[in-house]
Amino acid sequence: MKRAARYIIFYGFLFGVWFLLAKLKIWPPYLFPTPWGVWEELYGGFKDHTYWIAIAVSMRRVLLGYLISVVLGMILGLGISGNKFLEETMGGLLVSLQSLPSICWWPLALLWFGLSQNAILFVVIMGSLLSVTLAMEDGRKQMPKIFGQAGRNLGAKGFKLFWYVLLPASLPFIVSGLKQGWAFAWRSLITAEMLYMSMGLGQVLMMGRDFSNMSAVVAVMILIIALGYLVDGVVFKGMERHLQNKWGLAPSV
Amino acid sequence: MNASLQNFRFPAAPRTPVRTGGKIGPASVPGPVLIPAAETAKVRLNEISLSYRTQTGERLLALDRINLEVRPGEFVCIVGPSGCGKSTLLHLIAGLHHQTAGEILIDNKPVEGPGTDRIMIFQDHGLFPWLTVAQNVEFGLKMKGVAKAEREEKTQHYLRLVHLAKFEKSYIHQLSGGMRQRVAIARALATEPDVLLMDEPFAALDAQTRDLLHDELERIWSDTGSTIIFVTHNVREAVRLGDRVVLLTFRPGRVKSEFSVDRPRPRHLEDPEVALTARGILDELREEINRSLEAEYAAGVKPRIDPGDQA
Repeated sequence: MKRAARYIIFYGFLFGVWFLLAKLKIWPPYLFPTPWGVWEELYGGFKDHTYWIAIAVSMRRVLLGYLISVVLGMILGLGISGNKFLEETMGGLLVSLQSLPSICWWPLALLWFGLSQNAILFVVIMGSLLSVTLAMEDGRKQMPKIFGQAGRNLGAKGFKLFWYVLLPASLPFIVSGLKQGWAFAWRSLITAEMLYMSMGLGQVLMMGRDFSNMSAVVAVMILIIALGYLVDGVVFKGMERHLQNKWGLAPSV
Repeated sequence: MNASLQNFRFPAAPRTPVRTGGKIGPASVPGPVLIPAAETAKVRLNEISLSYRTQTGERLLALDRINLEVRPGEFVCIVGPSGCGKSTLLHLIAGLHHQTAGEILIDNKPVEGPGTDRIMIFQDHGLFPWLTVAQNVEFGLKMKGVAKAEREEKTQHYLRLVHLAKFEKSYIHQLSGGMRQRVAIARALATEPDVLLMDEPFAALDAQTRDLLHDELERIWSDTGSTIIFVTHNVREAVRLGDRVVLLTFRPGRVKSEFSVDRPRPRHLEDPEVALTARGILDELREEINRSLEAEYAAGVKPRIDPGDQA
């Protein structure tokens, strides 16, 4: 209850300042959007389905790219953590590659895949693959060895060992990495979409700029934040809570 | 072979009445020569050695030519100072690691890897926290591909056996330490193994819970007739439970001596006879503990033993 009150006060204040500044008309609306302008934009955008389509297109892409990253990253991460040579060599390379913003892959993606869906997908995958791989590698190392031993002892081997033992055993250790991977995937997607006639949220954002429609720009920014937060807060928080309940871990603050 | 045929003498003139059949003496230590070829041993260790390279690059001999034979349905306890490789020995029998030399035979067939005929019970139980109690118990059966109905039936049976039927839907972290070990026992029994390998399973439990689990384990053992190899550092526990107690030396682990415990069951930790028997074993164990301490002090913080010095 107290927490809710704090939220209301904080966001109320923020909104109030925005409202006030807009009312004072210090800057023209094409530089400083008004709350009611943004509201109209959001309302209209959803009403004529522009935003619904953009959200559907973007979500589909990011989910596909993220899914591929997770599967590839888990395989890579397990492979690397299981091999001392790879761990020393590949491990270091991956960490250094992580300092490369994923949009740096865009020129390469264009040459490889042309100006297409696949180029965007590639950038999304490159954005999140590294975090997932590193998280999996780390998670495998942190996971108590006894689970693997007990699993093998009870007759699990090969894929069954991975699926029924190693994967669930490492989940609490990789969930933060998966979350980070998601955030990278989402950012990479929006960046890539801004560079290409893509129908996604990124393109709608750029259209706002092209028409000097500041309200539309802010409206789409709000949508991007809201969607990213929604997945983080609902999907990943839910997953964390689920794991905490099962494992009896102290809830992270 | 180390002095494994040393005489062990019963402490003189026990004042407490000795029950009939209560006798302790040096058991014959099976060496490769002593084992009759056609004997039906459940588990047979032939000259098992294990050495590994430490991080500093030296070779460390952990187990040195261990010979041991376990009859079907026998309850054998292995005691020794910490660092004697007694847990490692269980891992070898379980097929989780591989020995450097020698052979492990189960029903005369060599161990090649893990198998559900030998199930291990770990000190920190190794239960899967992402599964419920019932799912943990049926795990081995699921891996075997046993049909769901049969799995459920067996799970129920073994949960009842360890008195945990009411907790089938609980998660592991919701259980007490003693309950967790009972789940581990049920999980191990569910695959109906011939051999139970227990690695200090009750070491982390409080005394009352341990007493209770001793009783339960003994009951389950006599119900199921399984062969049990039980590793512990607690000599009284070994005498309380075992048909036979095998004492290992400090690094490298060798069979120092064996004691058969012919006392009637159920025994109790507080029985004077158990205590007396335990004291005899403890005297020998103490030599090994002293050696392990000397080794640790001589090497400073990190014990560093040259296997060549041990002979």
